[in-house]
Amino acid sequence: MTAYLSDVTALARKDLLVELRSRDTVPAMLLFVVGALVVFHFALADSSRLAAAGMLWIALLFTALLALVRSFVAEREGTVIDGLLLAPCDRSAIWLGKALSVFAFLAFAEAVALPAFALLYEPVTWELIAGVALANVGIAAVGTLLGAMAAAARARELLLPLLFLPLAIPLIVGGVGATLADDPARYLGFLALYDLIFAILSWASFEYVVTE
Amino acid sequence: MLLIAGLGLALLWAPEDADQGPSQRIFYIHVPVALTAYVCFAWAAWKAFRLLWKRDDRADLESYTAVHMGVIFGVLTLVTGSIWAKISWGVWWTWSERQLVLFLILFLFYSAYFMLRYSTEPGPRRARTSAVYALFGVVLLPVSFLAIRLAEQVLHPAPLFNRDGPQMSASMFFTFCVCLAAMLALAGALYRIELTGKRVDARLRELREHLT
Repeated sequence: MTAYLSDVTALARKDLLVELRSRDTVPAMLLFVVGALVVFHFALADSSRLAAAGMLWIALLFTALLALVRSFVAEREGTVIDGLLLAPCDRSAIWLGKALSVFAFLAFAEAVALPAFALLYEPVTWELIAGVALANVGIAAVGTLLGAMAAAARARELLLPLLFLPLAIPLIVGGVGATLADDPARYLGFLALYDLIFAILSWASFEYVVTE
Repeated sequence: MLLIAGLGLALLWAPEDADQGPSQRIFYIHVPVALTAYVCFAWAAWKAFRLLWKRDDRADLESYTAVHMGVIFGVLTLVTGSIWAKISWGVWWTWSERQLVLFLILFLFYSAYFMLRYSTEPGPRRARTSAVYALFGVVLLPVSFLAIRLAEQVLHPAPLFNRDGPQMSASMFFTFCVCLAAMLALAGALYRIELTGKRVDARLRELREHLT
C-alpha cells in the first residue's frame, strides 16, 4: 500500500515538475478561462445570476478540456508511456498519478477563474467552491482515462472532446444545480456519487486502455 | 411475423387511449424500440465485459455490432418520440421529456464510440479501448437519467409501472408485449445478419493479407 502511494506521488510529482519547467499548459489554461469569461459576457448580452452560473461552468469545462488534451502529450511524444509501462508499478498508479496532476492544474486554473468570476459577475459562494472541487475530481478521473484512450487514436485532439462531453453532462447538471438551487446538498451529493462511480470504474479499467 | 402481428394489434385491436386518442398508438412502437435500444446497449456492455474479463477476442465484433444496433434503434426512438411530442404537445422537441433527452445523450455518447473505433488502428488495443468505453455507457445511463431528473421539471406521462403493476388494460398490455417481442426479434435478427457480415469481412481481409 505504501509502495503504491509512493509510486502515485512520484508520478504526480513528475507531471508537476515537467509543467513547472516547461510551463506549457497552466498559463494557457489561465488565459483561456479569463478570456472565455469575457467573451461570454458579450455573447450572452445578459448578466443575470442564472446566465452567469451557466457560463462559468461552460468556461471551466472547456478549460478542463485544454488540460486533458495536453495531459498525455509528453507520454506520447517522448514515448514516456513505454517506460512507465515497463516500470514495476501497478498500472492504475499511472492513472492515479496523472489524475492527481490534472486535478492540481484544474485547481490552479480555478484559483484564478473564481476570483475573476466574483470580480466580473457574481459573488462566489461556498456551495460553488464545493461544487467546483467535486466536479474537478470527476473531470480528472474520467478525463485522464479518456485521454489515455484518445492518445492511441489518430485524431486525438479532436476525439477527446467528443468522448468527454457526453460524460460531462451529469457534472454540469450537478455543478449548475449546486450553484443555483435552493438545496445545493442534493446536487453536491450527486456530484460525489458520480465521482465515486466513475473513479472506481476508471481506476479498474485503466490497465486495459494503455497496454498494447 | 411477430412484427406484423404486433403492428396489426397495435393499429387495429388495442383500445384507444381516452386522453390522447389515436396518437397514443405510436406508443406501441416508440416504447418497444426504446427498450430494445437499452437491451442492445446492455448486450454490448456484457460482451465488452466478457472481452476484458475472459479475453474472448470474438466479443469485440459482437459488442461493436450490438452498439451499432443500439444506435439505430436509439435514432428510431428519437424520431418516433419526436413525432409523438409533436402530436401531444405541439413541438418537435421538448427538454422536459426525460427519455428523449436521455436518448440524445446516449446518441452523442455512442456516436463518439464510432469515432473512437474509426480513428484507432485495428488490434487488441482498439478492442479493449472500445470495450472500456462501451462499459462506461451502461454506467452513464443511470447516472444521466438521475442527472436529467435533477435538472428537469416533470411533464412526462405517468410511468409505465408503478407499485400496482402495469397501468394498462389487459389487451393494451398484451399488444405492448407482442410489440416488444417483435422489436427484440427484429433487433436479434439484424444483429445476427450484421455480425455474420462483419465476420465474413474480417475473414476476407485476413485471407487477402495472407495472399499479398
